Amino acid sequence: MDKPLYHRAWFLVLPAFLLVVFNAVVPMMTVVNYSVQDTFGNNQFFWNGIGWYQELLDPSTELGGRFYDSLGRNLLFSAIILAIEVPLGVLVALSMPRAGWRVAACLVLMALPLLVPWNVVGTIWQIFAREDIGLFGYFVNHILGITYNYTSGVFSAWFTIVVMDVWHWTSLIALLSYAGLKSIPDAYYQAAAIDGASRWAVFTTIQLPKLRRVLLIGVLLRFMDSFMIYTEPFVVTGGGPGNSTTILSIDLVKIALGQFDLGKAAAMSIVYNLIILAVCWVFYTVMTQVDAQRPKEG
Amino acid sequence: MARIELNRLAHSYKAHPSKPSDFALKEMTHTWEHGGAYALLGPSGCGKTTLLNIISGLVTPSQGAVLFDGRDVTRLPTEKRNIAQVFQFPVIYDTMTVAQNLAFPLKNRGVDRATIDRRIAEVSRMLGLEREMNRPARGLTADMKQKISLGRGLVRADVGAILFDEPLTVIDPHMKWLLRAQLKRVHEESDVTMIYVTHDQTEALTFADKVVVMYDGEVVQLGTPQELFERPEHTFVGYFIGSPGMNVLPARIEGDRAHVGAAAIPLGAGYAPLGAAVKSEIGIRPEFLRLAAGTDGFSVALKRVEDIGRHKILRCELDGRPLAAIAPEAAEIPADGIRLSADPAHVHVYADGHRVPAAGRA
Amino acid sequence: MTLRLENVSRVVGAETHIHPTTLTLEKGTINLLLGPTLSGKTSLMRLMAGLDRPTAGRITMDGVDVTGLPVRERNVAMVYQQFINYPSMTVYENIASPLRVKGAPKAEIHRKVMEAAALLRLESQLDKTPLQLSGGQQQRTAIARAIVKGAGLVLLDEPLANLDYKLREELRVELPRIFDKTGAIFVYATTEPTEALLLGGNTATLREGRITQFGPTVDVYRRPDDRATAEIFSDPPMNFARMAIRGGQMSLGQVLNRPATGPLAALAEGDYWLGFRPHHVTLGAESPHAIRVSATVAVTEITGSESFIHVDVGAERWIALVPGVVEYLPETVIDIHLDPDRFFVFGTDGRLAAAPTGAAAA
Repeated sequence: MDKPLYHRAWFLVLPAFLLVVFNAVVPMMTVVNYSVQDTFGNNQFFWNGIGWYQELLDPSTELGGRFYDSLGRNLLFSAIILAIEVPLGVLVALSMPRAGWRVAACLVLMALPLLVPWNVVGTIWQIFAREDIGLFGYFVNHILGITYNYTSGVFSAWFTIVVMDVWHWTSLIALLSYAGLKSIPDAYYQAAAIDGASRWAVFTTIQLPKLRRVLLIGVLLRFMDSFMIYTEPFVVTGGGPGNSTTILSIDLVKIALGQFDLGKAAAMSIVYNLIILAVCWVFYTVMTQVDAQRPKEG
Repeated sequence: MARIELNRLAHSYKAHPSKPSDFALKEMTHTWEHGGAYALLGPSGCGKTTLLNIISGLVTPSQGAVLFDGRDVTRLPTEKRNIAQVFQFPVIYDTMTVAQNLAFPLKNRGVDRATIDRRIAEVSRMLGLEREMNRPARGLTADMKQKISLGRGLVRADVGAILFDEPLTVIDPHMKWLLRAQLKRVHEESDVTMIYVTHDQTEALTFADKVVVMYDGEVVQLGTPQELFERPEHTFVGYFIGSPGMNVLPARIEGDRAHVGAAAIPLGAGYAPLGAAVKSEIGIRPEFLRLAAGTDGFSVALKRVEDIGRHKILRCELDGRPLAAIAPEAAEIPADGIRLSADPAHVHVYADGHRVPAAGRA
Repeated sequence: MTLRLENVSRVVGAETHIHPTTLTLEKGTINLLLGPTLSGKTSLMRLMAGLDRPTAGRITMDGVDVTGLPVRERNVAMVYQQFINYPSMTVYENIASPLRVKGAPKAEIHRKVMEAAALLRLESQLDKTPLQLSGGQQQRTAIARAIVKGAGLVLLDEPLANLDYKLREELRVELPRIFDKTGAIFVYATTEPTEALLLGGNTATLREGRITQFGPTVDVYRRPDDRATAEIFSDPPMNFARMAIRGGQMSLGQVLNRPATGPLAALAEGDYWLGFRPHHVTLGAESPHAIRVSATVAVTEITGSESFIHVDVGAERWIALVPGVVEYLPETVIDIHLDPDRFFVFGTDGRLAAAPTGAAAA
């Protein structure tokens, strides 16, 4: 719908535009600036051109190897949590009550983890999963008799950060799906019952197609968040043991603040950013296509 | 193939109904014959959709029983009742083609491939969907989608009854004529019991052998379209059926004459005195009022003429009450004062809303 | 006030929603946009309201160009198919809302609200909120709000479509009176030919984003310029047949071959479409030059006062609307009669070639 143009309205955008310039564009330019220079400290900078980028994208170099390893870990992490959270979220939404006071109770309970700040979530799990004093860690180690220690075992560390993320964010998918399910008119379920459709057929032929749009948004949000996650795994594992849970964001901080390699870190930031933008664009394209397939209404 | 019996059926959406107005559906007992075409007709909130949902099993009645061919199905879930239902808004399975949509109810019941193909071919021919069979159902127009919904109801050979819940709401007037005729034809070719809920009298009357007129949770008359038109048992039926509806005028009845203001309108028969306590009225359909010549009939004040093409509607006033009459397409309407005469055989007398039988021939 | 569209068109992407349209609407008139779903009624209204900007062309109000003027700076009101009211306000406040926005004095608001409420028979509902009202009353509230605004242009987009049949009938009778009292330009979109005839005024028939004809409603109905208009403005749908005129003979395929008499005599040799309305198909011969045609009954629909007989004649499906109750079993062969004085003849390009004249045109 193109409305009549109203040119003065552009002035209303101005404050937002200035804000974006000051808090996004200017700092971003600083990063771009760092990424093409090298420094040996003392605020002395040397022009390095695209040197850092070449090194970063070449897996045979130390920096490149490190970058690809972190990127790989990051993608693996996102893949695992999406594979768990999306089906689990839909399942939770399907089993939620449809009416009555229990709906409200359910919604409040589900929303709780979403309200806990990131570093608090990290701290909760850091303590909860400790083998000596943590309820969960102690239970697994001493009652079940399974060796579980996220500071020394790679599997334990991964298990902890994945479970933590699932605990924190499955509710988001569940709430989105619940809203999607609520919007399906009753007539569809009635028609399916009359057509003799099984529970599974109702899910695949009615619920899932109608959930497609919300789920796309859910997957996008969760992918972005998990791809950029920092605080929670950092608080729990600090990237260890070794580098086994060092994902991109943690690695970036290590390079920038740990080693003070500003040029490398800046180049990595830019590439990191571009990956996220690219994924965003793919999602946007897919979503608009889904929209275009929807028939026009009278 | 089913005979449907409603046995002392009533329903309230309240947990503990105490007064009659708590009931969405007041107690009723009816038998609807196998293979009949029934229409439930009434305004919003008259209970027609509640009744339909009780028959389909989406609502469990708070009292009484529903029997299909003598078998009590009151508490049986929808899918075990051997019925099909078509809803007000088209329900289609987005991810499937038209053919897959039609095949869906059969596939779910484990019908073999050859039978499915044969049935969907028949149904698509009946509804004129042959050319769309391999298209995705998503993205079709509303009337196409509604045809698919109808098709899924018709495709099962084993259904005892097909229920329609205002199925033509989203359809354009022209397409309504085609779909209605197709539906009527389908009913004549099969012997499935069909129940059709609507607030549109044309749809109800043209579709059904028997029309069930409902008002405020009650069945006020069950009859053929002709009976409802010619002999409305209740003033509501007279008002609701017909366009414009029946003229209902307060009148004083004296033998074979009804007095409305200064006008004396002859009745087809003599009536016994109605008593002073009852509200006595006469009902005359606009179709049975004629422009009278000379000094015949009674004089009315003509307020407005509506030319609706195939005939004219004369909006008049008699004794301060609105009165509508229908005049033929080519009729000349005199500009100054007109006189109308009523066909005495079609002037009915009502006491407190209910039709009074005549006492004897005049 | 005069609203004028000059060569207004609207193209969205690759689709043309409105083809170049020129239309002049005068103050104090009711103008109907009649056409099926997606024919462009809503698109045209959005252009008139200023909700959309035309791709090309000019819109003027009283000669002032308002083409680019946004809706809030125009003097328009709109009523939709859905009942749109402020749910938390009383009916009184709902009607008063456009006046409060304008900052009218309290006494004036009260006077205007009471006037509008009286006009729409809402006096007893003023303290209720919209959700406590019936659908008809909710729509009355929306109409009252549109009228009280004192807008020069009031747009109504299928305002009765979501109402029960009988409520529609009531409002249809009242609307012309309400429109008369306000003196604005009314534009009213509908899919139903009967509604257009009942409301009177002027009618523009639309198909696929084009106005096929614009003029006084009854004239458009009686004398459609082309086949599209005749199709849009006919309910039941107009009957059509392919006709050839050769050597003074008219022929309808294999069905009929006879001398071209009456209005057909003046036609040049060639191929035509013959059109005639369902109520001009009779069972008996009603005029001396009636044409007898043998037809096979497909289905009969009975309303009690009239019967619709759907018949197959050659490759064509026609509908005969006859008074009273007439029922035939499917596949029965019957004689029907056509009156050549009632024929519309359209060229193969769709233009009107001959039309009923004089008394027969009525």
